[in-house]
Amino acid sequence: MESGFGSDFGSDFGSGSGGGGKLDPGLIMEQVKVQIAVANAQELLQRMTDKCFRKCIGKPGGSLDNSEQKCIAMCMDRYMDSWNTVSRAYNSRLQRERANM
Amino acid sequence: GKGRAAAPREGRGMEAPGGGGLGGADPQLQRFIEVETQKQRFQQLVHQMTELCWEKCMDKPGPKLDSRAETCFVNCVERFIDTSQFILNRLEQTQKSKSAFSESLSD
Repeated sequence: MESGFGSDFGSDFGSGSGGGGKLDPGLIMEQVKVQIAVANAQELLQRMTDKCFRKCIGKPGGSLDNSEQKCIAMCMDRYMDSWNTVSRAYNSRLQRERANM
Repeated sequence: GKGRAAAPREGRGMEAPGGGGLGGADPQLQRFIEVETQKQRFQQLVHQMTELCWEKCMDKPGPKLDSRAETCFVNCVERFIDTSQFILNRLEQTQKSKSAFSESLSD
């Protein structure tokens, strides 16, 4: 994934951190966070597409019919619900483990 | 050798007196990387467990996540982590009781 400032290492990003020619760590961190968020969204979408295709599409026809589209829509919502449930459960477990240490 | 050892670093704008630059010397960036790496490990496991548990817990996607499916997901997460810990513990035991891991593999 390309970063916006990839080729510009020598140029003066200056003003943020008060040093001439020093890369602003705040800027780097923000860019990295954005890239991570994008990567996570892509991962989620890819797995969701896989699962919902399996659940909702039988023998592939010439187009997505109405029932298939409804199924996919519901499936997307259920996948998000599942993801959130798993996230919460995992978080709880981690906290419990930390409390037991 | 190729004589690279004595060559100056190529960070033309990066020899800042405060110890910045991309060598990881900046403690703020170090900390940031640690935190974000942890967060990503968490995210990756959530992705992985959601995928696995979906197979086990979801029949036909309905208008909402019913309580049976929800319970299944929660149990699934717990059992997955239990499985992971079990494997690590048993592996550790196996390596302690035998001199080499390869011995236990050939049992």
